[in-house]
Amino acid sequence: MGLAETLTYAWPELALAVGAMALLIAGVFLGNGASKHISLASVVLLLIAVGLVLFAPGTANVSLFDGAFRVDGFSTFAKVIIYLAAAIAILMSDRYLAGEELGRCEYPVLIVLAALGMSLMASATDLISLYMGIETQSLALYILASFNRDSRRSTEAGLKYFVLGALSSGMLLYGASLIYGFTGTTSFAGIAEVAAQAENNTGLVIGLVFLISGLAFKVSAAPFHMWTPDVYEGAPTPVTAFFAAAPKFAAMALFVRTLTTSVPGVIDDWRPIVAMIAVASMAVGAFSAIAQNNIKRLMAYSSIGHMGYALIGLAAGTSQGVSSVLIYMAIYVAMTIGAFACILMMRRRGGLTENIADLAGLTKTNMPLAVILTILLFSLAGVPPTAGFFGKWYVFFAAVDADLVWLAIIGVLASAVSAFYYLRIVWFMWFDDPAPAFERDTGPVLTVTAWGSAALMFPVLTVFMGLLTRLAGDAAASLF
Amino acid sequence: MADIGLGHYLSVAAILFATGMAGIFLNRKNIIVILMSIELMLLAVNINLVAFSQFLGDLTGQIFAFMVLTVAAAEAAIGLAILVAFFRNRGDIAVDDANLMKN
Repeated sequence: MGLAETLTYAWPELALAVGAMALLIAGVFLGNGASKHISLASVVLLLIAVGLVLFAPGTANVSLFDGAFRVDGFSTFAKVIIYLAAAIAILMSDRYLAGEELGRCEYPVLIVLAALGMSLMASATDLISLYMGIETQSLALYILASFNRDSRRSTEAGLKYFVLGALSSGMLLYGASLIYGFTGTTSFAGIAEVAAQAENNTGLVIGLVFLISGLAFKVSAAPFHMWTPDVYEGAPTPVTAFFAAAPKFAAMALFVRTLTTSVPGVIDDWRPIVAMIAVASMAVGAFSAIAQNNIKRLMAYSSIGHMGYALIGLAAGTSQGVSSVLIYMAIYVAMTIGAFACILMMRRRGGLTENIADLAGLTKTNMPLAVILTILLFSLAGVPPTAGFFGKWYVFFAAVDADLVWLAIIGVLASAVSAFYYLRIVWFMWFDDPAPAFERDTGPVLTVTAWGSAALMFPVLTVFMGLLTRLAGDAAASLF
Repeated sequence: MADIGLGHYLSVAAILFATGMAGIFLNRKNIIVILMSIELMLLAVNINLVAFSQFLGDLTGQIFAFMVLTVAAAEAAIGLAILVAFFRNRGDIAVDDANLMKN
């Protein structure tokens, strides 16, 4: 394949990279007064990238750059969700940033650059491109976490995220170097060949353990979750909303692709590790969230738990398991964005409030917000007939079909425990004495996002679950 | 004297990597030391990569090492920038002071 033809397949990434640089230069020349326009232009750029992914020319599955980068159904599915989540995150930030006088033109550009890194992660089929994708994403995210640079909390969150993120990158790299050394190649296809032939390749397995640790850190799965609550709490709320959605999906996509395409031959070695990580994450998510008073911290533990459920599908290791991970993550991203839109609407005079107690009696002061939040919390808890229930349903069934009944049972128990703290908030909202009302003027973006997300959870996705299942199934099939 | 082989290089890299990791977890004083420890870990990986590359007669490892070096430079720049912002707010860079958020 010639260079020109190769590049036609990488159009979305090229558009994002060149577009981000152009926007940065434009931002420098126009100054911070134009940050609103730069935001809108970034959203348009991300939507153009979605279009380029969806209407890509040529064949569906193709490997580029000597097998380092792959465009297939899986990467298409992941990229569409990543770009859309990033675009919504930019739109949701505008009002908050203007209110806090943080409206700098670098903000949307950093999100676009992070989206570029995430899209490399979704397509990476080589240890080098895997590492470069992760770092492109992470370096942008470190800055975003400390974006409110005059706030002690925000800089502390950025510092913690940076130190632990760099530590996990180091572990991931150490694993990658061992895998390279003991298989003689960095491409996933080559590693798969060696892993299938050699028996008891201890070096490969040790490298794999390090690699899995690094990836588990990026999806914030226990026992590598320590950074999540602090970063979620300290980072500016719209940044947290972004962190909880797109990067989680990208990291999970990378996790799935790495394990299922490069080392399917040693699945008996990595399946127990992934299963234990899943159990630990579900337990941490279920039990640690109970004691939280800060809603951002609660969402952090909630996301740790959700990563645990998604990893059950990965532990299954089958095509059905991968498609269940994709379904679960797609639903998770949609409901998390909606939940954070609600959190961004918890505004009183003088700024955002973050305490769960502030939601008390919300039905009496702000009925629409209470209804939306109730639907989203039911979905997060996995109560039927919301979409969150179907996500768990597919994951557990994939586990049962792969003879991992015990894992599915633990999953059901963990979701029963975690339902407690979601429903506790619902109880506060409906049956407690009202706290002072929130401001009603929250702007169209947040309202539309929250309503849209709640409508997706129930009833839209419940009705069109078949469509999502088919899309995820096609995407998963392209890995096997 | 025995010949220096792959095992020696891997041992040095493993010791450096472990030193770096211990530096992150044991150090309670200074965040700059953490940045140095991170650098140590990444360079330990580079020794690994170059040693494997030489041993396998395959250039990929050395290319990988260059990628790691570039990213390590960018990472150090961002780390120091965040550290400066943190110092401006706190007036201190002691590890124990990074404690605003607790369970």
